[in-house]
Amino acid sequence: MAEVGAEVGAEAGGDARRAVELAARQSYGKLLAFLAARTGDLAGAEDALADAFAAALQVWPEQGVPRSPEAWLLAIARRRLIDAARRRRTRTESVQSLLQLAEEFAAAGDSMDIPDDRLRLMFACAHPALPTEVHAPLMLQAVLGFDAGTIASAFLVAPATMGQRLVRAKRKIQEAGIPFRLPEADELRERLGSVLEAIYAAFTEGWADPAGTVLRRRDLAEEAIWLGRLVASLLPDEPEALGLLALMLHAEARRAARRDQSGGFVPLAQQDPARWDARLAGEAESLLLAASRMGRIGRFQLEAAVQSAHAARRQSGRTDWAAILELYNALLSETGSPVVAINRAVVLAELQGSGVGLEALDALADDRRLTEYQPYWAARAGLLALARKTEAAEDAYDRAIGLEADPAVRRFLQQRRAELRATK
Amino acid sequence: MKYMLLIYRDEAAMQAATEKQMSEVMGAYMAYTKAMRESGAFVAGDPLQPSSTATTVRVANGKSKVLNGPYAESKEQLGGYYILDVPDLDAALSWAARCPGAQHGALEVRPVRPM
Repeated sequence: MAEVGAEVGAEAGGDARRAVELAARQSYGKLLAFLAARTGDLAGAEDALADAFAAALQVWPEQGVPRSPEAWLLAIARRRLIDAARRRRTRTESVQSLLQLAEEFAAAGDSMDIPDDRLRLMFACAHPALPTEVHAPLMLQAVLGFDAGTIASAFLVAPATMGQRLVRAKRKIQEAGIPFRLPEADELRERLGSVLEAIYAAFTEGWADPAGTVLRRRDLAEEAIWLGRLVASLLPDEPEALGLLALMLHAEARRAARRDQSGGFVPLAQQDPARWDARLAGEAESLLLAASRMGRIGRFQLEAAVQSAHAARRQSGRTDWAAILELYNALLSETGSPVVAINRAVVLAELQGSGVGLEALDALADDRRLTEYQPYWAARAGLLALARKTEAAEDAYDRAIGLEADPAVRRFLQQRRAELRATK
Repeated sequence: MKYMLLIYRDEAAMQAATEKQMSEVMGAYMAYTKAMRESGAFVAGDPLQPSSTATTVRVANGKSKVLNGPYAESKEQLGGYYILDVPDLDAALSWAARCPGAQHGALEVRPVRPM
């Protein structure tokens, strides 16, 4: 995001500064999308926009906040882009496109109605020609203006590494000619899938800090919900976009309930439904209902439906495991994901006993990715404990504890492991 | 923008193909090239002789070294190319997906660097 840390002393200066912050919050992604979609150069558009915000911090406290901050910022950014292109003076064709660009900018600036190209920007960020792991970071940077350092700490990656990934991705967007546009109808659904995946990746990164003790990570979940709302509002006829938003809102509704008063981890089954946020859960329910009426089921709608079935405990006081199993069966055939298979095994154990659940987990043991996947070992430990296979359960708890990064969850697992000995 | 489509396929499998299969592939390539020409995207394109005809040259310390064989030995070999001029990567990718070679092997899509 533009540097908004300049010293502004006077009262009026404080107002101007707040106006810049507001413009950054509300308009950054929109302005960047407009510029990048027309130049095909995301990095260049970012530089130009950063200059425009820096200029606003200097000029607005002295001359007042302009009538249309967006148009003002766009005018400065346009000038910067044109200067930069003149300096590079690479190709003859660029002069032509530059003139066209200037005209478009002028037209947009005059009407004060800048088209919203953020969805196009998101499709460019989640383009299949870019590595999957850069989709979510790129989207956070381009649409929300996060700096590379913040993104790196959210995704547990070294800042230099993250910076390099982002720079490479932006270079590829420009040099390989990755377009900033909505995919054709026959491709839209598949491409939308990677946009939604990226948003969900940002959400789960934020979610990984359940207590919200690390403010930045909690913010990430909120920002992902914001992106989810944006996509759902721009593509209201895409049931999966609504499904993803419903899924995130259901999870968000339970955030507070995941911790007890002393900060200890509370698993879903033991959460007090009265602590769930009824407003968020209600919004999730109506989204899911609207999505289901479109008659095109998909991964995110199914995941949201699982969350919805858990949320129903608030009214009914019980969990309908049979319904949840059916949803996981459908999810498994849709995604083939080992993560889904683990959750399904735990549900099987609820319905048919720990032996059946363990058999289902054993069937996954060949998947090497699971050797470092904490939820697999935690699920296994829980089922082994139920089956009173104490030694094997201890081993599995050790694996799960060793792989867990969240201290509260680690303490929870350690307590469970200790209880094994107490009941031996 | 200009893009190069590099067509890689398994030569051994190609050589083992029956005459009927070969003529099907040839027909498909002719139709593909024609469609590309008519859309205005075609700039250039040719099939290449098999990699057994390749010779690799390298100059080290002022001395040129000529080696028999292709630059890289791999399971699939470069067998042809197209250069096309289209608005963006998505357009290039959809041409690549239509290429008959995409069914038998793989296509690499590379933007041509403007000079």
